[in-house]
Amino acid sequence: MDIKPTSPTSPPPQDQPPLAVDKAGSTGTAARPGDRIFLAFSRGSGIALLVVMAAIAIFLTVRATRALTKNEGSFLTTFEWAANGAHPNFGIAVLLYGTVVSAVIAMVIAVPVAIGIALFISHYAPRPLASTIGYLIDLLAAVPSIVYGLWGALFLVPHLEGLYKWFDDYLGWTGIFEYNDGTPRSLFTIGILLAIMILPTVTSVSREVFLQVPKMHEEAALALGATRWEVIRMSVLPFGRSGIISASMLGLGRALGETMAVATVLSTSFDIQPSLLDSGGGTIAQNIASGFKEATDVEGSVGRDALIASGLVLFVLTLIVNGAARMIIARRKEYSGANA
Amino acid sequence: MSNITVNKSADPASAPQLSTLRQARLPWWGPAAPLALALIIGCGGGALIGLESKIQWGLISAILFVVFTYLLTLKVEGRRQAKNQLATSLVWVCFLLAVIPLASLVYETVDRGSTVLDGYFLGHSMDGTQRMLAGGGVYHALIGTLEQVAIATLIAVPIGLLTAIYLVEYGRGKLAKTVTFFVDVMTGIPSIVAGLFILSLWIIMLDFSYSGFAGAMALAILMMPVVVRSTEEMLKLVPNELREASLALGVPKWRTIIKVVLPTAIGGITTGVMLAVARIAGESAPIVLLVFGNPAINNNPFEDAQSSLPYYIYEQWQNGNEPSYDRAWAAALVLIAFVMILNLVARGIARWKAPKTGR
Repeated sequence: MDIKPTSPTSPPPQDQPPLAVDKAGSTGTAARPGDRIFLAFSRGSGIALLVVMAAIAIFLTVRATRALTKNEGSFLTTFEWAANGAHPNFGIAVLLYGTVVSAVIAMVIAVPVAIGIALFISHYAPRPLASTIGYLIDLLAAVPSIVYGLWGALFLVPHLEGLYKWFDDYLGWTGIFEYNDGTPRSLFTIGILLAIMILPTVTSVSREVFLQVPKMHEEAALALGATRWEVIRMSVLPFGRSGIISASMLGLGRALGETMAVATVLSTSFDIQPSLLDSGGGTIAQNIASGFKEATDVEGSVGRDALIASGLVLFVLTLIVNGAARMIIARRKEYSGANA
Repeated sequence: MSNITVNKSADPASAPQLSTLRQARLPWWGPAAPLALALIIGCGGGALIGLESKIQWGLISAILFVVFTYLLTLKVEGRRQAKNQLATSLVWVCFLLAVIPLASLVYETVDRGSTVLDGYFLGHSMDGTQRMLAGGGVYHALIGTLEQVAIATLIAVPIGLLTAIYLVEYGRGKLAKTVTFFVDVMTGIPSIVAGLFILSLWIIMLDFSYSGFAGAMALAILMMPVVVRSTEEMLKLVPNELREASLALGVPKWRTIIKVVLPTAIGGITTGVMLAVARIAGESAPIVLLVFGNPAINNNPFEDAQSSLPYYIYEQWQNGNEPSYDRAWAAALVLIAFVMILNLVARGIARWKAPKTGR
């Protein structure tokens, strides 16, 4: 054993007395000092990751408690965010409503379309085109959210006005599709924008799952004379159901936490609009980004802590959604590699 | 529209039968006629009634196309085939619906961004430039982005790499399972939450100032799980025979990992790291909280506020005038080009170096 170590982090392995090897043999673990140190480092990194997660939860909770004890309103029901003054009064209701509603709108729009695209890539597109399209969709997942925000504010918003008037004409009687004012920078616009943003995520996960459907199932269905749609309905969709659910939840998680695109497009106000098309409302992440500069200016206020408290709510929300998605994936072991 | 012909070959029952027993079929150009009709009615009708937004024209055309192809197939080929046709049209419509906004995004960015993008723009900062006037550039933001991303990579890659090695090479039992689960959950942490965490730890509690380094730490938190996941996948692809051969020669496990396993997977690992870099380079939320923005050039990431490309875009958008919008689009173009080049290079490496797999 005359191996010279090259890694600076690991000391040279000592000449092993045979006894140590025997000891190690009984447990099956590493016995050489090099091995032991390497294992310690890699296990340490794993533990460090867990520590970071725990630290996030702890630090946010500590700061949030500080803000909540000074809050003069009710954190759950106050429709206001005035945390910077001497009498802080703030509540999360409006922000939570905006976050959940815009994310749900995004899901409702994006998931069916994403399943369609995933099916298009896996089952409909001409072969040479399919991999190129899949590749393009993956590239689009890398477009930064602020660029979506810029595009949303300067291109999408002006083009939605006509559509909203149309909605108002035909669906205005429902109340939620009423449209009253001039700039459509509303929660519904955010929903559309978020849908476009999470589309690549949901598509690529569903596509992976659709490609894993056993060929035998599909060929058996085809041999029985099924049309392509019947093949999809009978073999592809049942096999991919849990994959689709977890893909949607991963998309939901991304939509809930999206910050800059919302901060750029939404015109905010602290009340809950009965109509989805009218400007107003806000989301948790957007409120943190937009309200941050103001909150730091005032000495001794709990402004930043109040924002951290709302961040904690967002953290817990995404933790639940992502945890649930991952558990659904984990139940089907073969999907574990579906998403990076 | 090749879907009908593909349909025929995908339906093995129809091929060997006698022609008298075969169902009536639409010719290969079947969907083209309804498509043309739908487009004419959708756009022409839309223009006649005076619908303002082209989005409406498109939506009307799409719905008409789906209905027309369904009815036509129902008439000629029967109910089951019509359902099949309905699904096919819907899938195509979904695809087109998704491609249009994404294409428009890329087109707008390139079109509007290229108006002010030149050497001057890349080589100057915003220091001393009037917000309302044209001029100024993106140099300070470029420096900021490069430094913050580099520091984040230096923090995240070693930890991520070692964690992945632990999970694949050593990980058994409860700890490994817990780490795997939390790595997965961690990929979903909103970037603003990572920013808030560093804010409360580094700036509020330890009382450091806003700096590029603080932002880089938040970016590292976002990057770590991505690196772990991709490295893990790559290490799993390394054939066990290689490990066994090395161990059988008496090579210690740690040297086997460093000298055999990692070099085999290095292509995929590099790809994963570069994709992770591309992801965090576009993050703006933690930058708003931790780096704070600075119109002047600050080359030192450890002291005082910096800027970054995503932050610069946000800042220019907030200025709310045409010269600023132009600058924002140009910066967006620079950022997209940066991210896309990283992506393309990463995928090139992946294709060139990837260990051969079944699929």
